[in-house]
Amino acid sequence: MSEMFHSLWQNGIIQTGIWETIYMTFISTLVSYAIGLPMGIMLSVTDKDGICPILWLNRIVGFIVNIFRSIPFIILMVAFLPVAKLIVGTSLGNRAMVVVLIIAAAPYVARMVESSIKEVDKGIIEAAQAMGTSTPKIILKVLIPEAKPSLIIGSVISMVTILSYSAMAGSIGGGGLGKIAISYGYQRYNDDITWFCVVITIIIVQIIQEFGGFLAHKTDKRIV
Amino acid sequence: MIEIKNLGKTFKTSFGTVKALDNINLTISDGEIFGIIGLSGAGKSTLVRCINLLERPTEGDVVLDGKSLTALSKKELLKVRQSIGMIFQGFNLLEQRNVLKNVCYPLEIAGVKKAEAEKKAKELIELVGLSDRILSYPSQLSGGQKQRVAIARALATNPKYILCDEATSALDPNTTQSILELLKQINKTMGVTIVVITHEMKVIEQICDRVAVIDNSKIAEFGKVSTVFSSPKSEIAKELILPKNNTNACITGKKSIRIVFDGEKSRRSVIADMILSTQVPVNIMFADTKDIDGIAYGHMILELPDDDVQAGKIFAYLDSNGISYEREV
Repeated sequence: MSEMFHSLWQNGIIQTGIWETIYMTFISTLVSYAIGLPMGIMLSVTDKDGICPILWLNRIVGFIVNIFRSIPFIILMVAFLPVAKLIVGTSLGNRAMVVVLIIAAAPYVARMVESSIKEVDKGIIEAAQAMGTSTPKIILKVLIPEAKPSLIIGSVISMVTILSYSAMAGSIGGGGLGKIAISYGYQRYNDDITWFCVVITIIIVQIIQEFGGFLAHKTDKRIV
Repeated sequence: MIEIKNLGKTFKTSFGTVKALDNINLTISDGEIFGIIGLSGAGKSTLVRCINLLERPTEGDVVLDGKSLTALSKKELLKVRQSIGMIFQGFNLLEQRNVLKNVCYPLEIAGVKKAEAEKKAKELIELVGLSDRILSYPSQLSGGQKQRVAIARALATNPKYILCDEATSALDPNTTQSILELLKQINKTMGVTIVVITHEMKVIEQICDRVAVIDNSKIAEFGKVSTVFSSPKSEIAKELILPKNNTNACITGKKSIRIVFDGEKSRRSVIADMILSTQVPVNIMFADTKDIDGIAYGHMILELPDDDVQAGKIFAYLDSNGISYEREV
């Protein structure tokens, strides 16, 4: 290992970087779901073959989601830094990065949730309607519980995507492993630091993936 | 009582409008098992969905115990639906809930307290014979067991009516039999009115009191099962009840007659008596008798000798004994 790596490690910079990556990823995923989950449910419910079709609303929300989804993250990030400043008071650092991460991830989450909800068997929904279930109760008691394993798988995919976004945020003032890899590894020619960041990222992704997969499998009662 | 009045349903598709139901008029009395039979695409599934307004009719009305359903508000309609059980071909159980929780579901929706709901659910699960599978999930059950759970679920809110949409079509013959027996038992002991949609004659035969034959979006014929089965009038009913393909193959151009049994005469040994008294041999080409409510109904195709005198003896015997027959050729 290079001298640079040793000094970074001794000063706790790498450890902080790992922690920052984890913290940015988790907070962003959490808030993205707070926004994206209801949005995704709305998208599937208001669609023309949904349980409560409201086409104009579906089109408008779908259009907005598509706009955000079509902007490459690195551009969206720079473009929305002023919004981050408006919300958290600064356009630098992890707090600002979390804001732009959420702006980028929430529409992505909405689409993930939408597709999970649409997987629920139409027959089950029809049975619920035949038993006199109101639309809000179908959402709470049928759609979400029945789609739960698929929603968990979706959240794992979303979280891994957010993790990779968070690394990009390192290039414009965010912290975490992305920043360490770019400013200490790439810009100062310390390949070992870059590769260390790669390995740590792989480990984090593996842990998320394994845990998520385990949880989805455990909650899915369709598996005998 | 369910009254279906001048009911019509038109679907708008990208290819234009499709008339799924046209001027349907039916009255289903309390306590009976009413069958609706038709071929695929005849409109029977749409019809049963119009009864609880899962499909909103484009014309006419459904009147349930004097209450016009199309006039109800959304909220009132949900309440009415809670009092109509429904079971499906695909069972449609909640896959992520166990048997107990599935049966509790309609009670949860109706706002029944959890302990009370579970008590009721357990009783019903026992009724359908699944007490030992109470904590199983649908994926762990066979088709017949799933349909039993669906029946228990449909009964949870003490409904006056149960709608069955091809409830046995996905099941094997033995399982079909046991599910039909269960439905009949529920009808007899709990007095639940059952509407059965099916394309299988057997189902109608075994459990229904009255039947409506639906063809091309219209009611072709309806009445008591015994009447419709012993003398079908419409083309579609004949096609469904008297399988043409089988009989045509048997008739070779010689003299053939179809004898119809209407319950009364089938107790006597008609054919044996006829042969003994006329001393004329006949060939039994096809026979199909059904047991409807303990009485035999059916028809039989006999091939008579080509000789006019011998054939004439048979006709004379049948005429003088009041046995109805038709000449097939």
